[in-house]
Amino acid sequence: MSSEPGLIECRGAGFDLNGRPIVSGLDLSVPRGEILVLLGRSGSGKTTTLKLINRLLELTRGEIWFEGKRTSEWDPIRLRRRIGYVIQEIGLFPHLNVQRNVAMVPHLEGWERVRIRERVRELLHLVGLDPGQFAERYPHELSGGQRQRVGVARALAADPPALLMDEPFGALDPITRSEIQKEFQRLQKNLGKTVVLVTHDVQEALLVADRIGLMEGGKLVEIEKPDGFLRSGNPAVAAVLASLPDRSRREALP
Amino acid sequence: MSPAQFLSRYGSEIAQRSGEHLFLVGLAIAIAVIIGIPGGVALTRSPRLSRPILAAANAIQTIPSLALFGILIPLPFLGGIGARTAVVALVLYSLLPILRNTFTGIKGVDPAIREAGLGMGMTDWQLLWQVEVRLAMGVILAGVRVATVIAIGLATIAAAIGAGGLGVFIFRGVAILDNSLILAGAIPAAIMALLADAALGWGERRFVFQRK
Repeated sequence: MSSEPGLIECRGAGFDLNGRPIVSGLDLSVPRGEILVLLGRSGSGKTTTLKLINRLLELTRGEIWFEGKRTSEWDPIRLRRRIGYVIQEIGLFPHLNVQRNVAMVPHLEGWERVRIRERVRELLHLVGLDPGQFAERYPHELSGGQRQRVGVARALAADPPALLMDEPFGALDPITRSEIQKEFQRLQKNLGKTVVLVTHDVQEALLVADRIGLMEGGKLVEIEKPDGFLRSGNPAVAAVLASLPDRSRREALP
Repeated sequence: MSPAQFLSRYGSEIAQRSGEHLFLVGLAIAIAVIIGIPGGVALTRSPRLSRPILAAANAIQTIPSLALFGILIPLPFLGGIGARTAVVALVLYSLLPILRNTFTGIKGVDPAIREAGLGMGMTDWQLLWQVEVRLAMGVILAGVRVATVIAIGLATIAAAIGAGGLGVFIFRGVAILDNSLILAGAIPAAIMALLADAALGWGERRFVFQRK
């Protein structure tokens, strides 16, 4: 691990709900530009971890640092505007068209109208949607994949250094899904965003991750680069990999 | 008496009573909206208060209307004989549908949309006005519509406490067993209710976001 502190650093981070630990003893450093995938079954604490980073939930133990400052010292609104957030349900505002959905954070930040419009065009191009065709459409007029792209564009709108993505490709059909996964990888490499992505899909993790963190029972039980992850002797990792079809395991190996 | 004779005799009074009726209902609904919508919004922000307050609003609606008018009469400030008491009673009745629909409309907004909004750094206030209220507007307006139609019917009873309105014809007709007088109150009230329902329904379709 590099000596430079990560953009996001968790130090002994934990979250209890009604006295029950949901996440505990989380130590984690995400360097700039990395895609860290948090992998785990449902209830393993991965979504909670994301929400602790952008303070949709408040830490009950330990601390998380973002851009060299404790998240507890950040104004939560400012913090969230510095961190794009994409969830599986996407949560596009159904009463606003694509243009205005994507423009939401710049609008809240008080950007000028012309600048917002340019930014939205740029972002729609970036995620592979023709602005002329899509800017005026409403979310219900889009396919699942298109909605997902708009969700990503919206999260990127104010050019935040980091993105948190919670099962972002979960609701897509397999073909659209692998298409968007690949595009997402390209996009991320071009933009150099720091990404923490949560998934329960091992193949997705192996495909997009720079590093994979495996979570179980609220703890991080393994964190490795994909090739190291595949070779890990950790029994928890072995259990997860056992769910993979043989062929894709071979293919995933470098 | 032919309908033409009836109209020439009572036409101007029908117009006057309709005006009074409209005034009572319009004022009551305006007040109920001013209290009920912000009130309903506030309740969504304090779950502890929402249960007792909605229960209280519910309880008020179960009081028989004539009894409520009667109960109000001896009260200082709110009561007395006349329009003020009638308006207070109509506000009390209209409050529940508006309060409850505002509350349930906002509570019914998809939690994923709330989460996305908060996650992108909207303040609670921004989320409320730019997203939740817009999405709940259909349900809120439906509450106003129900409240208005009910209030138009109820306001006929206001004549019993000297508040005027179309109920004057109805009470007079009942007292002297004259059906045409009863109808002179009932028909305009029914028409008023239908028109209000249609107008608010149009407003709902016109101004409210529709998800297909």
